[in-house]
Amino acid sequence: MDKSTVSAERAVYLKKQQREKRLITLCRIGFLLLFIVLWELAAAVGWIDSFILSQPTRIVKTLFNVADNDLHLHIAVTVFETLAGFALGAVLGCIAAVVLWWSDFVSKVCEPYLVVLNSLPKIALGPVIIIIAGAGTKAIIFMALAISLVVTVMEMLSGFRSTSPELIKMAVTFGAQKRQIFQKIVFPANINTLFNSLKINIGLSLVGVIAGEFLVSKAGLGYLIVYGGQVFKMDIVMASVIILAAAAAVMYEGVILLQRLVMRFYRYR
Amino acid sequence: MKILNAQNIEVKYQAENGEITALHNIVFSVEKGEFVSIVGPSGCGKSTLLSVIAGLITPNKGSVEVCGEKVTGISQHIGYMLQNDNLLEWRTIWQNVLLGLEIQNKLTPQNKERAKKLLENYGLAGFEQKYPSQLSGGMRQRVALIRTLAVDPDILLLDEAFSALDFQTRLEVTDDVYSILKNENKTTLMVTHDISEAISMGDRIMLLSQRPASIKEIINVDFGTDKRIPTACRTTAGFTEYFDYIWKELKAYG
Repeated sequence: MDKSTVSAERAVYLKKQQREKRLITLCRIGFLLLFIVLWELAAAVGWIDSFILSQPTRIVKTLFNVADNDLHLHIAVTVFETLAGFALGAVLGCIAAVVLWWSDFVSKVCEPYLVVLNSLPKIALGPVIIIIAGAGTKAIIFMALAISLVVTVMEMLSGFRSTSPELIKMAVTFGAQKRQIFQKIVFPANINTLFNSLKINIGLSLVGVIAGEFLVSKAGLGYLIVYGGQVFKMDIVMASVIILAAAAAVMYEGVILLQRLVMRFYRYR
Repeated sequence: MKILNAQNIEVKYQAENGEITALHNIVFSVEKGEFVSIVGPSGCGKSTLLSVIAGLITPNKGSVEVCGEKVTGISQHIGYMLQNDNLLEWRTIWQNVLLGLEIQNKLTPQNKERAKKLLENYGLAGFEQKYPSQLSGGMRQRVALIRTLAVDPDILLLDEAFSALDFQTRLEVTDDVYSILKNENKTTLMVTHDISEAISMGDRIMLLSQRPASIKEIINVDFGTDKRIPTACRTTAGFTEYFDYIWKELKAYG
């Protein structure tokens, strides 16, 4: 909008909006700071046992300590495993969803299995996965895949199925083949569904990776957490959890960034 | 020249709880360039008839010939327009218009040129790079029509094509579409539940009976002019007569 045409009322409105936005950001940061300060204070005064619940300054110290001890390696391992499980889950999940969308018969046959697999806690398969894939990175990626796969299939399939039948009929009247219907109508209509499922998946595969690292690993943030717990160094546990939270947030933002790029390509509005 | 010939069409739907006969012994033919409106009680099988002509449904008995060829599947002689404009929101107007050609692998320079001409002739020049959400309802419907015309069909089927529009837009679009179709000398079959629309656009009106639908009567519509404007017809004396007659016939079914 042209700045010179902004009326006095609009200026007031815009200012109010901006003030509210600033207030929200301020409160968010303030809340975090307050929490850290209270935690530090409580530990210093002795309200809480800093040996068990740790304390911000000790966490920072530990972070630097661990940083000297291959912290980047642990982060890299966990992020790699998560992204690998995530990518595999997304690709295989989409392929499976396409197959199920394509053939009504196959999808009807598979339905009860999908329902059971969806509600089954995949972590229960841990021992089986370790025996099949071996006690190592492969098993961890497998675990991440197991957790994210079924959700992707269900999510994408229901997206494909809810594509407007009118749009499909329109394409059919032009003589579109099933492949063309998918390519030109169903898939582009579901770009949003895809990204919504990716956003859920990045979190789910992280769950799988950490669970896997709890079971078998020689490195990774999950390994650090278990190690910290075993030697009763809560500082390490807390520090790892904080890094994990940061890594999860960065990966989530990565998916959002990817979504923006793809949307620009498709020029969605 | 007869461009469409329907012989004894019968359609039965199979459902788990029984069989429904939707169409029974439908016989009619249409001349090139004609505009035929199809009206009938709701749920009588009007849309089923269009689906049969388009090749979406194979009739249990009888056959349809379009341009002398028997319809056995989706026919390339036929363009179909549905209730909604069904424009793809992620495509520009230009990409939307080309969709049919793309699907039929007919993206030749001549066909693209034709599509461009259609857009220019019907007031959409300069909108090629816009998205559907930036256009008014009437313009969107025109884009949908041009998308259908771009594949150069011989017969157009309009399936309640205007019923999703608000009344004012609907009247405007009726005039637009009518003049475009007459201009391009297209043969049109239009299913509608709006009697006024049927009279104002149709050269003939096919009155269907209740299910199983058969042809009750075919009424010739004549306003004494070759160049009619649908909305203008609505104010003539003849219009009311046609309206009352059809209204009475439809009401007779209860």
